Amino acid sequence: MIAKRIIPCLDVKDGKVVKGTNFINLKDAGDAVQLAFRYYKELADELVFLDITATEEKRKTLIQLVEEVAKVIRIPFTVGGGISTLNDIETLLKAGADKVSLNSAIVKNPKLISEASKQFGNQAIVAAIDVKKVDNKKKVFIKGGKEETELEALNWCKTVEELGAGEILLTSMDHDGTRNGYDLEFLKVVQQNVTIPVIASGGAGNLNHFLEAFKIAKVDACLAAGIFHFDEIKIIDLKKYLKQNEIEVRL
Amino acid sequence: MIAVIDYGAGNTKSVTNVLDELKVEYIVTSREIDINKSKKIIFPGVGEASFAIRKLHLNNLFTLLRITKKPLLGICLGMQLLADETEEGNTTCLGIIPTICKKFENESLKIPQMGWNKVKVIKENPLFEDIGNDSYFYFANSYYMPMNEFTTASSNYGIDFTASIQKDNFFGVQFHPEKSGEAGIKLLKNFIEKC
Repeated sequence: MIAKRIIPCLDVKDGKVVKGTNFINLKDAGDAVQLAFRYYKELADELVFLDITATEEKRKTLIQLVEEVAKVIRIPFTVGGGISTLNDIETLLKAGADKVSLNSAIVKNPKLISEASKQFGNQAIVAAIDVKKVDNKKKVFIKGGKEETELEALNWCKTVEELGAGEILLTSMDHDGTRNGYDLEFLKVVQQNVTIPVIASGGAGNLNHFLEAFKIAKVDACLAAGIFHFDEIKIIDLKKYLKQNEIEVRL
Repeated sequence: MIAVIDYGAGNTKSVTNVLDELKVEYIVTSREIDINKSKKIIFPGVGEASFAIRKLHLNNLFTLLRITKKPLLGICLGMQLLADETEEGNTTCLGIIPTICKKFENESLKIPQMGWNKVKVIKENPLFEDIGNDSYFYFANSYYMPMNEFTTASSNYGIDFTASIQKDNFFGVQFHPEKSGEAGIKLLKNFIEKC
């Protein structure tokens, strides 16, 4: 059967990797291509790049980065941040990305999911959903977590699946950067309500947090950033730990 | 010279990045003349089957690929298109492997199958030379080719399905060797040197 995936996430700003706590306070974590290569050699299953300052002028830097990364790694990678048109998607896939993650753009224009998955295949389209608790409801936020929307998170997860997304990257803004573990409860609910793969994001702080996400929430993949960048957890050690605990991983 | 077929339905960059690493001469093309001049053919494919077949017809490649005697490696959708048909868009394919590709159907499984799965070699063949049995390869597919007489390696996702095929000069892999780390690079090298 298919192995559970470990996915380091590289938040990129001007070609450099940064990682924030609760979406702010950025710390420098090194050159993106170099770090990507290191993760590939350390048996990461996939990588995600999120361009956190994606603007028109910066777009060229991102495409260059994608080309450079594609030259050195032989595992799939996803690129996200500021992608809003079919043309953007085509450019990034042609530059060597395997998937794109769409966030704010699909909230404003849900049809983009169906059009993109028809044109590029649903395996290339990841719906990235940032969730935060507001008045005891899980709400969807956009624009890098700065803007609240009307959308209720679970409904939005079901909608993106219906529209043709191939995966859901679910980030808990409440857990992100806290290192207190993933939002198991909500991940489990989403997991039970969709039939496309779910990637857990936000809150990983130790080995057990990954195990819980796979065992309790039964997610398909776990994404983390800070703990990998600063070498607190080595991917290979994490995978050995998961294997000892009867989770199938690629080693 | 390897012809990497670009018919607007594949990410050829990932494949050519590996060919660059292996220092192999190649041409990315949709032209008959380039394919005729090449020694081997790599036939990648992602996306939707009926769209891909239409593109092959538009580029006049359908018959050429059916009758070629050169070693050809279909990757992912490129392998499924070697079948008689696929349920995806009810598409008539190249008709080299006598089978019909189907959609994964199992309520407890995520579709698409997305990630690393073990591949079991069941018939000795040059593609898998010096690659350990049960190695992991990267898959991203909603449709699969059933097991058949030309299956050379299998994988399991709810059911056993074809991970690799060979019929005469036609080879195919369901996974993405260009995205499968060291094992994938080795497999592409085997195709280039041993098939």
